[in-house]
Amino acid sequence: MSSPKATLELLPKSMQVLLGTGALALAVFPFVPVEGSAFYLQMLSQMMILAIFAMSLDLLQGVTGMVSLGHAAYFGLAGYALAFLTPADTPISLWWALPASALGAGLAALIIGFFVVRTHGIYFIMVTMAFAQMVFFLFFDNKALGGSDGLYVNFRPDATLFGWTGIDLENKTTFYYFTLAVLVLVYAFLRRLLFSPFGRVLSGIRVNEHRMRAVGYGTFGYKLAAFTLAGSLAGVAGFLWAAQTGYVNPELMGFHMSAHAIMMVILGGMGNFAGAIVGAFAFEYVMHFFKDLTKHWQLLMGGFIVLVVVLAPRGLLGLGERLLGKKEH
Amino acid sequence: MSELLLSAQHLTKRFGGLAAVNDVSVDLFRDRIHAVIGPNGAGKSTLTNLLSGDLPPTSGRITLNGVETAGQSPERISRLGLGRSYQKTNIFLPFTVWDNVRLAAQSSERHSPWNPLRWLGRADQLRAVNQRCERALELAGLTHRGPTVAGTISHGEQRQLEIAMTLATEPTVLLLDEPLAGMGQAEAESMVALLLKLKKNHAMMLVEHDMDAVFALADQLTVMVNGQVIASGTPAQVRADPVVQAAYLGEEHA
Repeated sequence: MSSPKATLELLPKSMQVLLGTGALALAVFPFVPVEGSAFYLQMLSQMMILAIFAMSLDLLQGVTGMVSLGHAAYFGLAGYALAFLTPADTPISLWWALPASALGAGLAALIIGFFVVRTHGIYFIMVTMAFAQMVFFLFFDNKALGGSDGLYVNFRPDATLFGWTGIDLENKTTFYYFTLAVLVLVYAFLRRLLFSPFGRVLSGIRVNEHRMRAVGYGTFGYKLAAFTLAGSLAGVAGFLWAAQTGYVNPELMGFHMSAHAIMMVILGGMGNFAGAIVGAFAFEYVMHFFKDLTKHWQLLMGGFIVLVVVLAPRGLLGLGERLLGKKEH
Repeated sequence: MSELLLSAQHLTKRFGGLAAVNDVSVDLFRDRIHAVIGPNGAGKSTLTNLLSGDLPPTSGRITLNGVETAGQSPERISRLGLGRSYQKTNIFLPFTVWDNVRLAAQSSERHSPWNPLRWLGRADQLRAVNQRCERALELAGLTHRGPTVAGTISHGEQRQLEIAMTLATEPTVLLLDEPLAGMGQAEAESMVALLLKLKKNHAMMLVEHDMDAVFALADQLTVMVNGQVIASGTPAQVRADPVVQAAYLGEEHA
């Protein structure tokens, strides 16, 4: 049939159980005694951060139907925001640095979005990429902004809340749990949003923007709001990344970062945010696997993505639904 | 004469050298159906697009419920009370019938995409929207199809869905572009009955090829050829017009 492909929005029970199990596994992992657990904690933290980043892109790509090839710009900008906000000799408070960085990324998305959401399809892809490249080179060519070497984040943010020091982000395990909490929160928020009046309008725009306007929706405002929100959430991820690695460089907002996020969303399955999480973990895992195998890992990675697109056009989640669905009958 | 809801004066739309619509004036009154007929390429759909804001007119004035709307965006014109259906079915194919109509019904809520409360509430629990949706589905005779995916229902039902979505925004002015196109006999008859019912309280412009339906429904008839109006009046007046007979009706009703 020629109808646009339906995305998987409602997750079947079996899939919810699977996702819950995954979340539980992440929650108990720090208690599991494995060799080199510090390394794995860091790696999983990074995967979770990328999952937040991929979910923020899915709001545009899978829900609204706007494929942005410049989404890393907002990820990177928030990371730089943390680097600039952190003084040389003392940590900065998490409770205002995180909102400030996310809002900063959101503001950049609002300004850039004002120009780009007017375009459609291939033009949208090109213009988002062009703006991201401008941001990239602004930092890359500017010594005052760290140049090509980037900047250090001297301290992880301080999470002291009204004198309570229960959360110490310098501790790897605490940071891991903090990231997991943010991941779960962002996921719950976006799932809720998907079925809200706002979310329904966004998916209507994906399917048939022309008709949406004919029944009275100012789609420009909706798309701009989605672009801004996605930018801020990418900012949350970028902030965590900078805090986790203690280091930012222009690569964070580079073309590869943006393209990886698109592949994560496609790999996992678009339009339901759970796919973005699964895709981010799968992408990172497979990438590390291939990297250990050969220095020509990108060749294998490309082949892997092609294989998934051909065999599972609705991503790993869509594939899972098909297999689980068969079992249930 | 009843209340004038939409008035278009001297509308012209040029695409390069071609005047697709040339100096056309149309008035739509409450409780009346104004049919526009003409051969393919006469400019009927272009006229509809000018009135609905899908295309800006090159020149001319449009007044909708007292507001000047020529060149305004389709979403603004929709919110001022105009609803249109499309000649080529223009629905949300992967969504259920219910969700198609619900989405259209939701648009008349006061909405801002920047209000975080609208990011968190549940769309399917907006009571007024659900009521509007139910009413529109019932009018169009599609209540039983609510849970079915729109891409899988029959062509005739998709035409009904077109109308249901148009009605869901509760417009005062209806522009229906060939609502009977491709329908079977029984489906066409029930659509004609629906249009007669909708005549009450709406001002309607009906673009249609089915002459039986046109003469059964129309209070006012405008004939277009090559972008121009060649006759306008009551169906009886138009039928008797020698120019019309030569240009259009004569050939089809020979």
